[in-house]
Amino acid sequence: MPLLLAAPLLLFMLVFYALPVLSMLMRSVNDPNWTLSHYASLTGDTVFLKVFSNTLYTSLTVTAGALLLGYPVALALVRAPRYAPVILILILLPFWTSVLVRSYAWMVLLGRHGLINEALLAAGMGQPLRILNTPLATQIAMVHILLPYMVLPIANALRQIDPSLARAASGLGATPWATFRQITLPLSMPGVAAGVLLVFVLALGFYITPAMVGGTREITLSMLIAQQVDQLNWAYAATLSVVLLATALAIIAAFYRLPGVGHTLRTSAR
Amino acid sequence: MTGAGRGASVSLSNLERSYDRVAAVAGVSLDILSGEFLTLLGPSGSGKSTTLMMIAGFETPTGGDIAIDGKSVVATPPYRRNIGMVFQNYALFPHLTAADNIGFPLKQRGVGKAEREKLVREALALMQLPDHGERYPRQLSGGQQQRVALARAIVFKPRLLLMDEPLGALDKQLRENLQLEMRRLHADLGITFIYVTHDQEEALTMSDRIAVINAGLVAQVGRPEDLYDRPGSRFVASFLGESNFLPAIVRGIEDDVVVAECEGAIIRALCPGRPATGEKVMLTTRPERIRFADGAFASTAPQNRLSVTVTEAVFAGERCRYMLQARDGTAMVLKEPSSAAIRRRAVGERTEIAWSVADTILV
Repeated sequence: MPLLLAAPLLLFMLVFYALPVLSMLMRSVNDPNWTLSHYASLTGDTVFLKVFSNTLYTSLTVTAGALLLGYPVALALVRAPRYAPVILILILLPFWTSVLVRSYAWMVLLGRHGLINEALLAAGMGQPLRILNTPLATQIAMVHILLPYMVLPIANALRQIDPSLARAASGLGATPWATFRQITLPLSMPGVAAGVLLVFVLALGFYITPAMVGGTREITLSMLIAQQVDQLNWAYAATLSVVLLATALAIIAAFYRLPGVGHTLRTSAR
Repeated sequence: MTGAGRGASVSLSNLERSYDRVAAVAGVSLDILSGEFLTLLGPSGSGKSTTLMMIAGFETPTGGDIAIDGKSVVATPPYRRNIGMVFQNYALFPHLTAADNIGFPLKQRGVGKAEREKLVREALALMQLPDHGERYPRQLSGGQQQRVALARAIVFKPRLLLMDEPLGALDKQLRENLQLEMRRLHADLGITFIYVTHDQEEALTMSDRIAVINAGLVAQVGRPEDLYDRPGSRFVASFLGESNFLPAIVRGIEDDVVVAECEGAIIRALCPGRPATGEKVMLTTRPERIRFADGAFASTAPQNRLSVTVTEAVFAGERCRYMLQARDGTAMVLKEPSSAAIRRRAVGERTEIAWSVADTILV
């Protein structure tokens, strides 16, 4: 039975991943004794509501930014096969670098005495811009880090479009823009949906980047969880974790029902 | 318009297309008349499709010119050429219904919704698909997809229709039906058709004229019967239908007829040129134009005769096919209509074959 080959890994995952996570999550309902009160209290918890909406908002803007910047890159990747290896390396090189390193790099770039401000000051600006430790810094850095997750599924969907369709459209009188609008864009939507899903869900749980460049005023759910763990507030942290996990799963389930998305997600790794 | 009727005339002059200095099309010159059904026939890789793509505007020539109705279109992008095109794989838009696929070219031309719907309905009716408008391409059979692609290519009333092996993916029965439909459509519309295929039977059935393309050049242009009866080269003779080739030596010329020696026999052949006596030449004749010249035919048999041995006999339904061997080993094919009244030949049988001088060509 071929499934038996996966048994050692499954056992490993069960013992060292599933069980600890499960026992951690259980604390949201059995700490100190069996209760749903931790969840009930969330509805009136203004800190939680503020942080939760802030997290959703950040994920949304990051997703939108990655989509607007990523779609043209995906198009270039597919349309200019000669430059595709270069473009692919430029996309993937940061992808292979640690998130920590990349977040530090953004601190260096965005800081009060960072490269960007120094350049602006040298160009004659009166005082440095405050970018680091703002939500904007979080958004910029997260768009950068998550961009590959947007570009690759879209490029994959674009690659699967039969090139003769664009030719046919052109021959039938469609200008290049009309061909893009009426043929290429609609046919690439499964890839767009897959990219949006990946980026949004990954952004929901982002911790290192917002913690390093986003400052402490507008925090995200993952930062709040970390704070609560630091204060040994295990039950509250577990409750928040369950909320985060449930939100992500609900979004994934919703997107998988869209036509073509599941297929694109499964094949974009190739 | 040049007033030359509903079809556009197309003139290719010295058209070239090279990729990395390898010529796919190496100087094609061809005049396609208004309203003509012209087929570009050639083996794969001969440059016929590339030629078609250049006429459509999807490939840019590296040399020469394309004129439609006397005006050069080389600098015109495909979406302004107003040419209908049917692709080999149909290239139907998978996210649009059949009706929206057909309406697509009308939409690009700013045709209003009501008018568009009317024209699409008419096109669907013409293609005998009146109830299939709301289906998506994947819900249609191959033949139906083919008709939708055709409807989409003619709904905006272009004066030129290009087709790139449009029947290649269909089974034989359907292909034969659609060939006849295509002919009828051509007669009804009166526009110019340029059709690309590697299938010589398709080309012979449908075309007003055929341009045989080989190695990026036009090997021969003409009406199907002219090409079949008088192939100008060995390539045309073997690619268009089946041919027997007999090596021979010229012994003399009588009027338009070359007298040649072949397999120890004297064979007469038609020849446009004037080969010198003693020159080594190749004679060709079609398998179905040769007959066994013994028995009842012996006295009335046509002029060219040869002694052969039957090496293989195949009964193929409507005809019998014999492989023959001449005395010095040249292999020949003979096709005979199958009739219960004709005696079948056995392998190993020695006999005489005969065929007419008019069916013998020097290539």
